[in-house]
Amino acid sequence: MNKLTFRTDNCKGCGLCVDVCPKKVLALAEDVINKKGHHPVTAVNPEACIACAFCATMCPDCIIEVEKGV
Amino acid sequence: MVVFKKPHALSDVPLHYCPGCTHGIVHRLVAEVIDELGIEGKTIGIAPVGCSVMAYNYFECDMIEAAHGRAPAVATGVKRANPDNIVFTYQGDGDLASIGTAETVHSAARNENITVIFINNAIYGMTGGQMAPTSLPGQVTQTSPYGRDVNLCGYPVKICEMLAQLDGPEYLERVTVNNVKQIKNAKRAIKKAFQNQIDGKGFSLIEVISSCPTNWGMTPQAALKWIDEKMIPYYPLGVYKDRSAEKKEDKQ
Repeated sequence: MNKLTFRTDNCKGCGLCVDVCPKKVLALAEDVINKKGHHPVTAVNPEACIACAFCATMCPDCIIEVEKGV
Repeated sequence: MVVFKKPHALSDVPLHYCPGCTHGIVHRLVAEVIDELGIEGKTIGIAPVGCSVMAYNYFECDMIEAAHGRAPAVATGVKRANPDNIVFTYQGDGDLASIGTAETVHSAARNENITVIFINNAIYGMTGGQMAPTSLPGQVTQTSPYGRDVNLCGYPVKICEMLAQLDGPEYLERVTVNNVKQIKNAKRAIKKAFQNQIDGKGFSLIEVISSCPTNWGMTPQAALKWIDEKMIPYYPLGVYKDRSAEKKEDKQ
């Protein structure tokens, strides 16, 4: 199982990670508003994660940490 | 096993950049390179004026804030006074290609042993989206609402091409960060620019084609696409000068 950790309060909801994910793991949480006033990213399909770290590579705010085989 | 985490050299504070701005990606790449080369304790960064004016808050190394456009001049002084330190500047196009053109050209011509990270997003971001020297012909900005008229405003400045004419600079490369592959390539280029300085080779400038979703008036996704469609045809990616490689070829 691969693990994604988000520093949710720093997320600006740009959605670049959502688009770059090859397995459609991520989505913006439309029902949540973080401290900055954005809809933060969340893992809607975490089992599908292959720990490629494309999301973290693309994230301009460096909020994603990726762990493989936890 | 941790596959990806925040590099140590990047401070743990929220970046002030707009959502989807690629400044954050480039900040992270610089921090990753500083981590990988193990030079955090002896690196001195020079922050510019512009959107990245607060870069001094975002790196764990020592930082100096330079007057508008003067970062390469400040870097020259720091590097000459402290040759053992690693000195880099982080500048936008309004800073490096407009008010700071003289400093850029002359520090390149002198082959100062510094690393310059140049963010080209074809617009003045911080002041609200005015036309920059690097704005594309026909590009709509706050001060060119009908598109940049080249008869009135002239043509964009291509820094890499311009500096490549000089005998001075060691390494010039233009990269972008609009997809994962290009980000990996940009990191390689930035690492080479820092390595050149450690090896004492001289002036390295990495131009990073970046997006400005807010002032381009686009979503972050559309802005990344616009880089591919409009920016890269005008600013072709690639290595513009690599003096060490040229010397090797001459020997062969």
